[in-house]
Amino acid sequence: MTTREGEIVCALGFVIRASSFIRHWSLVIRHSNMAITVRRPKLNWRERMYLPAIVAGLAITIKHFKNMLFGRTKVTMQYPEQKWDDSLPDHYRGAPALVRDEDGRVRCVACQLCEFICPPRAIKIIPGEIPSIDRFAKVEKYPEEFDIDMIRCIFCGMCEEVCPEQAIFLRKDYVITGFTRADMIHHKKKLLEIGGVMHGVVLKWNEKK
Amino acid sequence: MDSFFIVTSLLKIVGILFVVILPMVSYSVYAERRVSAFIQDRPGPNRVGPAGLLQPVADMFKLLLKEDFTPRNVNTFYYWLAPCLAMMPAIITIAVVPFGSTLFGVPMVIADVNVGILFVFAIASLGVYGIVIAGWASNSKYPFLGGIRSSSQMISYELSLGLAVIPVFLLVGNLRLTSVVQYQIEHGWFIAPFVGDWVNPWKWLLAIPMIISFAVFMVAIFAETNRLPFDLPEAEQELAGGYHTEYSSMKFALFFLGEYAAMITGSAIIVTLFFGGWHFPGIPNGSHGWIFGVINIAVFFAKIAAIIFVFMWVRWTLPRFRWDQLMRLGWLFFFEIALVNIFIVAAIMAYLPGK
Repeated sequence: MTTREGEIVCALGFVIRASSFIRHWSLVIRHSNMAITVRRPKLNWRERMYLPAIVAGLAITIKHFKNMLFGRTKVTMQYPEQKWDDSLPDHYRGAPALVRDEDGRVRCVACQLCEFICPPRAIKIIPGEIPSIDRFAKVEKYPEEFDIDMIRCIFCGMCEEVCPEQAIFLRKDYVITGFTRADMIHHKKKLLEIGGVMHGVVLKWNEKK
Repeated sequence: MDSFFIVTSLLKIVGILFVVILPMVSYSVYAERRVSAFIQDRPGPNRVGPAGLLQPVADMFKLLLKEDFTPRNVNTFYYWLAPCLAMMPAIITIAVVPFGSTLFGVPMVIADVNVGILFVFAIASLGVYGIVIAGWASNSKYPFLGGIRSSSQMISYELSLGLAVIPVFLLVGNLRLTSVVQYQIEHGWFIAPFVGDWVNPWKWLLAIPMIISFAVFMVAIFAETNRLPFDLPEAEQELAGGYHTEYSSMKFALFFLGEYAAMITGSAIIVTLFFGGWHFPGIPNGSHGWIFGVINIAVFFAKIAAIIFVFMWVRWTLPRFRWDQLMRLGWLFFFEIALVNIFIVAAIMAYLPGK
């Protein structure tokens, strides 16, 4: 009887693939608390002598040394001098920021959707009312306070996704540092500073409309 | 004793210690970090000064300004004594090594004693006391294990260290290190003893035991200086730093620098015994002008630097030996090889015409 490779013919005539056979028996062994003796590989005299292995190892390390010495190895960038900034992809999710529109109005209307969606609850908004004499009175609300706790923020981008006004964006800023926990909370001023002006597509609050 | 001898000796001591050896120790720490980084495809310390060359200075300030902490349960006297004992022997040993030919007619060796190599072994084996005392005085289990390991390792490898150099002195005929260098200038370096007289087949035959002798000596020096693959006394992973676990600040630095000083001394001995000391083919000695005297000194330290590079290269290539492997290698392998090697050299010498 001939079989293909990897198949074992059992006494009763069943044909089992070797892999499943081994998996089956290894499970049996594992559950029966049997000690498995791992046989050490038998070394020939050249391997037992240990010296060829040492020489081979030394050859590998000197090759790395040489390549590094002649600048052939590409190493990590020298961070403070070189930065990722230029090569960051457009979809990079850095610090979240608020933006103003072309009229200088904070585009956020304090709907608090981002506050509700935020998985780590990093965002805190206190809405304020826009007085009726204001040019943008029909917007009704603006964020009186808009705090993002950058210790909690996980840069998931859900605030950006959920925002109906395109008012919050994740920018490419990734160096967010501070000496205290209070330093790490970005207030509205800081958020607008990062955000800047965005000429957007949402024009529904334009008085010309 | 004339005053000229005293003044020149003092000048040599100060010059060699403060101008060459100590800067070399601190820069070998820097070199170690750079070499290890290059081997592992990293840049290494490259911030302080051009290419990081001022890193040893920054390290020194860091170590000096750290809190010098003495744990409460240590044996204070020995705890303070141990770092000194670790650094001292390595520096003393350099006294008998000829580091140059002559400069303005003054032989460039601090003490040209006629028991040179015995002095080296006597002092170098004192280095273990620093480690053992540190391990004992720290009153902590990891340093203690490190000290125990160090002492047994020293005993095992000092034997093959001593036996490995006997062929050299069989050929030279005395124990003075300057005459070892002189012999090598006349008859070729001991790593290649056939150079001086290459038509003589006995000289070619001599190369085999000399290379074995060199290999055994080199490995034994690795073990003596507690370098990988034999750094079991300070095995970072097993013993949390070994004998210097309880040390901080400058006391730790003394252990650390003592290790590197021992490495430099070991390299100096290797260079003197097997690589012709300050001799380089084609460069005359200091009697032909002071510039050659300076070049001879430079050649000697360049050779030391090359050997130190090998030390580092090996360290960042090989993993640490297990304790029983280390002992087996020392007692069952190197000891026998070194012993048989002596008889081989003696047999060859019996037929060596004209020595």
